[in-house]
Amino acid sequence: MPLSHMRPGQSGMIVEIQGGFGLINRLNGLGILPGKRVRKISAMIARGPVTIEVDRVQVAIGFGMAKRIIVALDQ
Amino acid sequence: MRTILLVGNPNVGKSVLFSRLTGVRTTVSNYPGTTISYTRGFTKLGEEKLEVIDVPGTYTLEPTSEAEEIALKMLKNGNVIINVVNATNLERSLYLTLQLLEMDTPVVVALNMWDDTRHRGIDIDLEKLRMMLGVPAVPTVAVTGEGIKELMESIPRATSPDGPTRSRDERWVAIGEIVDQVQHISHRHHTWLERVQDASVKPLTGGLIAIAILVLSFLVVRFIGESLIGYLLEPLFNGLWAPVVLRVSALMGGSGFLHDIVVGKLVGGEVNFVESFGLITSGLYVPFAMVLPYIFSFYLVLGLLEDVGYLPRLAVLMDTIMHWLGLHGYAIIPTLLGLGCNVPAVLSTRILESKRERFIASTLVSIAVPCAALQAMIFGLVGQRGGQYVIMVYGTLFAVWVILGIILNHSIKGFSPELLIEIPPYRIPPWRIAIQKMWMRIYGFLAEAIPIILGAIVIINMLYLFGVFNAIANITAPVVSGLLGLPKEAITSLVIGFLRKDVALGMLAPLSLTAKQLVVASVVLAMFFPCIATFVVLLRELGVVSMCKAAGVMIAAALITGGLLNLML
Repeated sequence: MPLSHMRPGQSGMIVEIQGGFGLINRLNGLGILPGKRVRKISAMIARGPVTIEVDRVQVAIGFGMAKRIIVALDQ
Repeated sequence: MRTILLVGNPNVGKSVLFSRLTGVRTTVSNYPGTTISYTRGFTKLGEEKLEVIDVPGTYTLEPTSEAEEIALKMLKNGNVIINVVNATNLERSLYLTLQLLEMDTPVVVALNMWDDTRHRGIDIDLEKLRMMLGVPAVPTVAVTGEGIKELMESIPRATSPDGPTRSRDERWVAIGEIVDQVQHISHRHHTWLERVQDASVKPLTGGLIAIAILVLSFLVVRFIGESLIGYLLEPLFNGLWAPVVLRVSALMGGSGFLHDIVVGKLVGGEVNFVESFGLITSGLYVPFAMVLPYIFSFYLVLGLLEDVGYLPRLAVLMDTIMHWLGLHGYAIIPTLLGLGCNVPAVLSTRILESKRERFIASTLVSIAVPCAALQAMIFGLVGQRGGQYVIMVYGTLFAVWVILGIILNHSIKGFSPELLIEIPPYRIPPWRIAIQKMWMRIYGFLAEAIPIILGAIVIINMLYLFGVFNAIANITAPVVSGLLGLPKEAITSLVIGFLRKDVALGMLAPLSLTAKQLVVASVVLAMFFPCIATFVVLLRELGVVSMCKAAGVMIAAALITGGLLNLML
């Protein structure tokens, strides 16, 4: 499921980032890469940015980017 | 002389550490991207004098913004790298560390914010970390100075370990191994600060918090500014300084060219600090009694918001709106800084990714965001006529900000990149650092404003004397009177606005404008052209071509807005 579609409070593990080198590079810099556990904290209305927690740090990600981050939800 | 570079992720405390090492004051805040160009200082290691450079933060050595490119260029000039790491987040910080270790420059690692690891239940096995990295690693708490001595002592032991050059994926695997072996995290409960943290990025609670904070900020700035003026500075000037001015005036014969420059024109035999326009009347009263109180109260509140770590959260909330203007949420930082002074605001657009965004952000700031000095004068002069006129000025500028942003967004090729920022935890501001930052900003204002204000007053008097203003006023009368509905003499204020906008607005005081004219003049003055300091920075940051475009936008927008206001009011 894309990060953008997760509900606030849900958590899971990143399985894939669908994007080119530039996007992967920027997300990696912030510690967002496949294999990392994420928890979604909030999403702004009207396709606004999504706030997540990775490794005890909060990161805000634009909606379009969040769509390209695929997460396997916890059961 | 050997050069030490402080390199690390954004917002890990490099600038605090830099201040500790060199004694050079730096601006420190709790958001990524405070340092947008490098700062240089010196320190001593035994007998050896070392140069220390505070490099803007970067997550990787593959740059994604201008500030990061600057960081990368700096790396070639270093003899030793102090890699400043956020000890509470090794997982992410170590990526840059591994990249640095692959270079040939010797490295030591400073595990900063070490005190936070304890609060957060993070236990780091230092010995094992040192072994696995192959370089010295020293725990530090830059804000208190803990570990700084040990860090300096470790510099001679800095090395560049022989290791493989890894691919990106290999680095992440290596980090996983290091973290597994070195770091142990014990579970603990959420603190109240963390609950507020989460609430401030949720749409409903976050929106309410943002509105509350902005309203409260405005009220506090106004209350402190007004109180300082009303209870301290006005009595001081009127009670103590006015008699001195009158004596000086009498000594200088009460009139004449020199008298007019020093004392200005007395109004009905009395000192009028706003209208007299002499060096020791308006020249001192405008900066000290009208502007300084607001500079102080504005930066007190802004500093608090910066240091607590609220601004990145505001960026998240504002992101959708900022996209209409061709920007993303983080552009709220240049905008807020611009309410203090446009110069640091334009510089801070370096935290934005693309040239397009930087152009839009810089243009919008210099047109529609009035600096604290101008705002203080707007409150002082326009406010006398009634609060509704102040609201008109602000409302117009805000509307211009939005409409012009939308126009620029649609007329400039390209798209607005998406927001991607780290949101730092809320922190209790370290007072020593907050006071230091306030002092730097106040000093910066005084050092820049006083000479220009005094110079402007001399120039104004000269231009009047030689009739230059009259000549200009007659040429520009069709625009100033015809289009804007102002007396033709108001052009003098617009001309002086190029030097400083606070003095320029003050020049309108003796023209006995109607409230409506004052609103038009304030808006046009704010928008028309940046002051010289902002102009120089814009020129440097945007280049000549873009600066000319921006200037064209400014003049056109100012005349259109002023003309419309004149028709509508």
